[in-house]
Amino acid sequence: MKDVSFGQYYPVDSFVHRLDPRLKLLFLIAYIVAIFLASNFYGLAVCAGVLVFIVAFARIPIGKVLRAVKGVVFLVVFTAALNILFYNGETVYAEWGIISITKEGLIFSAFLALRLALLVVCSSLLTYTTTPVALTDGVESLLTPLKWIRFPVHALALVMSIALRFIPVLIDETERIKNAQKARGADFESGNLFKRIRAMVPILVPLLLSAFRRAEELGDAMEARCYTGSNQRTKYKKLRFGWRDLIAFLVGAALITGVVLMKIYLPAPY
Amino acid sequence: MKAIEFENVTFRYEEDSPFVIQKLNFSVEEGEFVAVLGHNGSGKSTLARLSNGLLVPDAGAVRVFGVTLSDETMFEARKNVGVVFQNPDNQTVATIVEDDVAFGAENVGLPREEIGKRIDFALRAVGMQDYRNATVARLSGGQKQRIAIAGVLALKPRVVILDESTAMLDPRGRREIVDVVTRLNKEEGITVVLITHFMEEALLADRAVVMNRGEIVMQGKPAEIFERQEELLTYNLALPRIGVICNSLRAAGMPVENTLDAEVLAEEIAKCV
Repeated sequence: MKDVSFGQYYPVDSFVHRLDPRLKLLFLIAYIVAIFLASNFYGLAVCAGVLVFIVAFARIPIGKVLRAVKGVVFLVVFTAALNILFYNGETVYAEWGIISITKEGLIFSAFLALRLALLVVCSSLLTYTTTPVALTDGVESLLTPLKWIRFPVHALALVMSIALRFIPVLIDETERIKNAQKARGADFESGNLFKRIRAMVPILVPLLLSAFRRAEELGDAMEARCYTGSNQRTKYKKLRFGWRDLIAFLVGAALITGVVLMKIYLPAPY
Repeated sequence: MKAIEFENVTFRYEEDSPFVIQKLNFSVEEGEFVAVLGHNGSGKSTLARLSNGLLVPDAGAVRVFGVTLSDETMFEARKNVGVVFQNPDNQTVATIVEDDVAFGAENVGLPREEIGKRIDFALRAVGMQDYRNATVARLSGGQKQRIAIAGVLALKPRVVILDESTAMLDPRGRREIVDVVTRLNKEEGITVVLITHFMEEALLADRAVVMNRGEIVMQGKPAEIFERQEELLTYNLALPRIGVICNSLRAAGMPVENTLDAEVLAEEIAKCV
């Protein structure tokens, strides 16, 4: 549980940290599109290269970046295993009935695993380098057109930032409740899947209750600080598009173009 | 001028539940430092929520600087009366210190430059100016609670109410908070209402008020209140050990000052011997 690093800001001052959150959001979308457009290792290599650059510029320790992947290791291994066993390739290394390990299957699952890892690292880089407030300001700004159809964009942004802000608090709380139940003899580690899920109930119920209590207190505290949800509200931090953002924009555009060109001119599968 | 005034205030949380506060008359002068003591369920927290309109009395009136609280006057009153709550984790809105401090100032629609100035002022007032860009989650309990006070100060309130804001802190954090509010009261002239069940925190106040079952049962200078040890016990308020020793020494005829501080008592005893 402690390894869930999503939504945790890593406070250093860097080129990437200073980028406009709107641009970072758009860049992430472009990057994800690029990852999915890339149909061979060349494309992914370009994506990975760009990511290495971003990490270097963001001054985030490599351990932090890898921890983000740790959270989805199970998913990666699981999909890779399925692909290795069930992919229909030509060069067969081993075979048992419908299950076979082929050269193509190995390559394909490696490709998928890499794709997934890039996806997770890139998304977590966004939260490492962008404060939740900046992130929600970015979302709010990008969604501004929705205000035309009277969609409560500001409320949505606030809900988002509070949700992000409470992730670490609720993770701590879960640990605490879990330990309290363990101290009372609760068993979370043994039994089959169904049993283990049932064992979670005594954790989830108090967690839910406490979340409601917290929500109520937070609501009071916000109201006490004059929050009314009105449109008169001002913003301390203004989003500004600067030279850094232009560079990042060009890199993003070049990345997509590069991957698309490679898809056309380097059609070698994997 | 009276900063906060309760006139015959009666309140209960639900229609058929017992009254938490009944016909309460209570007021705080501008510039005063009042400590409100009372054990759990004495109605002291309800007092805080009635003071800024989070709760509305069933009967009677609450006045803030002479203005009776109503739906129309609530917003203005909340600018004047800042409330800091018990759990620091449940009152921070943002992840980064300055964003959280800015929240209140943003809500009242201040221009950007002014919000920046308010953040400077508020963080300096609680001694957290070096933590402007820190992550709130990484701070200690006392520091988090100081940020919560700064978040309230950004609205430049004339009254700050601390609703058991020290209850979840360790002794060091508690001292930090008491130091900060004492300084706010003395240097900034902010009226302070400190609601607590730690008696030693009341010592620095101008006036201590003891609540029991929604009524004010004792009132006066903290040192005088602490002398009435037996009476305090009937309201489930136990004097800290130093206070008990102090009272017994006085009863035995030793002319020591009333104190809850071990070192001060040691000096007092040294003077007598």
